[in-house]
Amino acid sequence: MVSARNKAASRAGRTRKSPIQQIVRHWQWYVLLLIPIALTVIFKYWPMYGAIIAFKQYNGGNMWDAKWVGLKHFQNFFKTPVFWRIVKNTLIINVYYLIACFPLPIILALSLNICRSNKLKKAVQMITYAPYFISTVVMVSIISQVFHQNFGIINMALKRLTGTTVNFLGKKEYFYHMYVWTSVWQFVGYASIMYIAVLAGIDPTLHEAAIVDGASLFKRMLHIDIPGILPTATILFIMNCGSIMSIGFEKVYLMQNTMNQATSEVISTYVYKQGLKGAQYSYSTAIGLFNSAINLIILIVVNKVAQRVGETSLW
Amino acid sequence: MTQMARSASHHRNKIRMTTSDRVFVAINTFLLVLFMLIVLIPLIYIVAASFSSSSAVVAGRVFLWPVDFTLMGYQAVFGNNQLGSGFLNSFFYMFFGTIASLAATIMAAYPLSRKELYGRSKLMFFFTFTMMFNGGLIPTYLVVRSVGLIDSRLALIIPNALSVYYMIVARTYFQTTIPDELAEAAELDGSSDFGFLIRIVLPLSGPLVATLALFFAVMQWNGYFDALIYLNTQSKYPLQIILRNILIMNEIDANMMVSVEALERSQGLRELLKFSLIVVASVPVLAIYPFVQKYFVKGIMIGAIKG
Repeated sequence: MVSARNKAASRAGRTRKSPIQQIVRHWQWYVLLLIPIALTVIFKYWPMYGAIIAFKQYNGGNMWDAKWVGLKHFQNFFKTPVFWRIVKNTLIINVYYLIACFPLPIILALSLNICRSNKLKKAVQMITYAPYFISTVVMVSIISQVFHQNFGIINMALKRLTGTTVNFLGKKEYFYHMYVWTSVWQFVGYASIMYIAVLAGIDPTLHEAAIVDGASLFKRMLHIDIPGILPTATILFIMNCGSIMSIGFEKVYLMQNTMNQATSEVISTYVYKQGLKGAQYSYSTAIGLFNSAINLIILIVVNKVAQRVGETSLW
Repeated sequence: MTQMARSASHHRNKIRMTTSDRVFVAINTFLLVLFMLIVLIPLIYIVAASFSSSSAVVAGRVFLWPVDFTLMGYQAVFGNNQLGSGFLNSFFYMFFGTIASLAATIMAAYPLSRKELYGRSKLMFFFTFTMMFNGGLIPTYLVVRSVGLIDSRLALIIPNALSVYYMIVARTYFQTTIPDELAEAAELDGSSDFGFLIRIVLPLSGPLVATLALFFAVMQWNGYFDALIYLNTQSKYPLQIILRNILIMNEIDANMMVSVEALERSQGLRELLKFSLIVVASVPVLAIYPFVQKYFVKGIMIGAIKG
């Protein structure tokens, strides 16, 4: 009876089977999914649940015995003078990077697109992509050697030109610039790859028609290439806005020193220091949760905007 | 497509180059060379300094060419036992981390690429939600502690084995390259779902596997954060932690001072050692880079197509 119905269903083409039949038929897919699901439950969802210690007074030991304290840790965080400083630093560094890292990959891609020499093109791509592979630890030590006040090449060049040197790494005024521009240096080539591909996909007949009309190279870049990559650029920019409150811990932490604390302390480094080094588990979990919640809200808003503007979305 | 565009751009530049076009091309070439130099100069400086004498380095006499050529810096680097164990550990983490990540990522991506998977969109949300929200550093640390992975080598391999981002990349790749008809034909031939994945899908996905392996390997080789929070034993430290201690925290261990006695006294040698160490630490990744560049570009491209 069942098999007769099955046969009829398959004859009818794509007739729906019951969920159990579908699962049984492809049970091997679910076996494959077991390990990824287990990893995600244990290392992603369990910590989300564990984040309830943000509302408890947990000092190690058994999480369940810890006393509920409601929003105490959040209130403490909002009350400390550190709060504004680290939120401000997190926002400034991210927004600054977002803006600084927007135009340069586009310029690089346009420039490569115009370049006639394949050799130069290959060389520029090879060299500008390479810094992506430098690890954060090595990158930060390159920064400290290159900008060293006594012997770094930048200061030695400055000394020859102006007679003075600048303490780039020891002044808190410079931290934002140092962080952002060295990141731009490292990732400009990587970020241009997407634009290069979009430019390569522009219909060549557009250029041919423009040549017939007597348009110059510059005019063609302005009216064909730039409009061609604008949609991609807009979407990438909007999506990058989603990471505005989530700064990478690794580079900031390594670039911190006693002189630049005022501008270099961000939410993630503060959470690490308070939580793991200071063992204030509940307090730092509350800060992390505050940050995650804001990130989630920003992502939802950004996704809505992306859907409106570019009919694309993150999920 | 790229080929076509390239030949077209060649074409359009060859016919009529007006004066204004020539000026524009010249400016453009200048700009490209400028980009290249800005990236290159700091790197050349590092290499030049690494082959110079410590006194020339500290006096700021090194620009883009070694001054008083010596290999002192490299001798100090290779005289350090810690670095050897760091390299070995990093190779271990890179090898097993890449395998674990490839396995976990493909095991999730393949079923999710199939339309007939019941509960597909719910499962997809289950995974992607972890990209949008997380429990945070401390709760994650506490979980890793309660499953007993603190100070275990597995802590650098297991907790982050599944990358949701690359899972989406792989899923998109499977969806766009493996036609449904192929799966149906294999099913008619009596192939199981496992058999189809192993005998048909994976052999057809060479470029994907190479691309993912490249990104996972680079992530493992370059990462230090997990090691920083989960490991306490020096003998398990990956290279990046040891580099951080020497390069950034300025910790030069006792055996290094014994092997290069002057190091203790001379700040100069210490700085020289850093230059050489930066070069030595970057060589493994940068040496394979020209050979894998095409996968690198490919990875970014596959990631851009939405499934």
